[in-house]
Amino acid sequence: MQAYLDQLIKDGAFAGMPKEVVYAIAMVVVALVVLSAFVAPLAGVTSWLERRVWARMQSRVGPNRVGPQGILQWLADGIKNLLKEDLIPAAADAKLFSLAPYVVFMGFLCTFVVIPFGGSLIVADLNIGILYILAVTSLVVVGILMAGWASNNKWSLLGGMRSAAQIVSYEIPAGLAILTIVFLAGTMSMQGIVRAQGWGPWDWFLFNNPFTFAAFFLYFTAALAEGNRTPFDIPEAESELVAGYVTEYSGMRFLFFFFAEWGNLYVIGSVATTLFLGGWQVPPLPIFENNPVLLGIAQFVTFFLKAYLWVFVAMWVRATLPRVRVDQLMALCWKYMVPLSFVCLLGTIGFMFVPSNLHRIISAATLGFAIAIAIIFFMRVVFQIRSAKPELYFKPQI
Amino acid sequence: MNVVSYGKDIWQAISSTFEGMSITLSHLVRRPMTIQYPDKIPVPIQETLPRRYRGILEVDLDICTGCLACERVCPITCITIGIDMNKETKQRQFTHFDIDVCKCMYCGLCSEVCPTGAIRHSQEFEGASYNPAGLVRHFAPQTQNLYKPKKGGETDPKLVMKVDIGQKYLDEFATPDGGGNAAEEG
Repeated sequence: MQAYLDQLIKDGAFAGMPKEVVYAIAMVVVALVVLSAFVAPLAGVTSWLERRVWARMQSRVGPNRVGPQGILQWLADGIKNLLKEDLIPAAADAKLFSLAPYVVFMGFLCTFVVIPFGGSLIVADLNIGILYILAVTSLVVVGILMAGWASNNKWSLLGGMRSAAQIVSYEIPAGLAILTIVFLAGTMSMQGIVRAQGWGPWDWFLFNNPFTFAAFFLYFTAALAEGNRTPFDIPEAESELVAGYVTEYSGMRFLFFFFAEWGNLYVIGSVATTLFLGGWQVPPLPIFENNPVLLGIAQFVTFFLKAYLWVFVAMWVRATLPRVRVDQLMALCWKYMVPLSFVCLLGTIGFMFVPSNLHRIISAATLGFAIAIAIIFFMRVVFQIRSAKPELYFKPQI
Repeated sequence: MNVVSYGKDIWQAISSTFEGMSITLSHLVRRPMTIQYPDKIPVPIQETLPRRYRGILEVDLDICTGCLACERVCPITCITIGIDMNKETKQRQFTHFDIDVCKCMYCGLCSEVCPTGAIRHSQEFEGASYNPAGLVRHFAPQTQNLYKPKKGGETDPKLVMKVDIGQKYLDEFATPDGGGNAAEEG
């Protein structure tokens, strides 16, 4: 992105303007384009898809009235929330209360700076890319605490405090799982991590050794907890805390929290894809030579599909698992995930000393193990479909 | 917490998540059970309701004798019947027969006392209206003669059918002890 701008400046596209002004304008324009053309529809469609997938997994139908199969439901919801009254409680701290959704939203949107959608499709390839993501997503907890405190409501405050405890705790297993990949790749740059992998599954860091395979699931679980997703959604547990830190919010401010939550799902998927699943790597086919546009599209589609797969898995987990208790949540983090991620880290370090021909055999064995698990899983699904037929189909005489 | 139970906990978490996720994925490819009332249903809901359903009252004025038993027994007087004498034919006739569905509490007393089964519960339940006046059902829009039961049975084939329907209704549902065929209905 910066190289492209430098080229434009050299060509005299912005005659007479200082370089810094051009950069500043470019930043604002890129942020607006990314927000309006990619993030907003993505979060919206994800909200619709989540409701549909969730409904189907519970043998319901879900929203299917607005547009074909209800795909425009997110627009209807957005317009409804825009037209609603924006209430600020009399006892609330008005300034903090109004600011909090934007802090949460900013913490999520800033991650899009370093997400590598393609070989050249990245806003800024920072050399500390993954560390930057860990840093800016921590901003979300500030916003949530702010919302909980400023609402001046017991439910909100409890939700905010729970969220802070949860996010701070789960940063550790997530960070350690990411560290295994940083060790393997030898860089924190997102593009560097992607380039250290190959297009085939055997070259992915996911199947590099058994420990990175485990680290992936540790990362995904910890990321779900950081994103306040079920089964770790205790900050907004509706059976305990009404709606947690969003209890007092209404209208568009309310929507911003959920905008950030659904967009954050995609960020989780993209980071998992970048670190473990080979990112935008596509096979070196002959049609991609001398055709950078086609290559870029292929890379973007590959990346998008891989990332969206994990968005789907997050919805699927939400439809499957019940919410954990607060003590269970903390026990899961500190007693199980932190030690296991340390084991994964040390194991990966150990595997870096294994000679490369033996290492390839272990990688192939890990891949085979994963394929075996997937086959067993789908056999299990087929068994469930065949054996567990619901008898309660609609009958004329109930 | 010893090492064995620690490992067992991890294994239980993984295996139960594995099993649970296979069940939810199998539901994703099944048909949903939702009945999308009021559209996208194969037959109207009224046709699928049980026959003993106490829906909105209906009156078959062709077999109504005008005995006013239903009007008298109604605990909330939602039935109003007007009867006068036709001066030309010297026959009594209905001027109005109105049931205010707003007031009706579906107790079923009127259908129990009806001697011919003319007033009875239907399967209809969709009574939405923009004003309460729209919920008053007028069963006698024009004046209509009262039904006189004939000695030795009904002869008019059209009325025979209606009397049979009313008698069947009374036999099955509208008896004070709950009806003769209640056991078969299940």
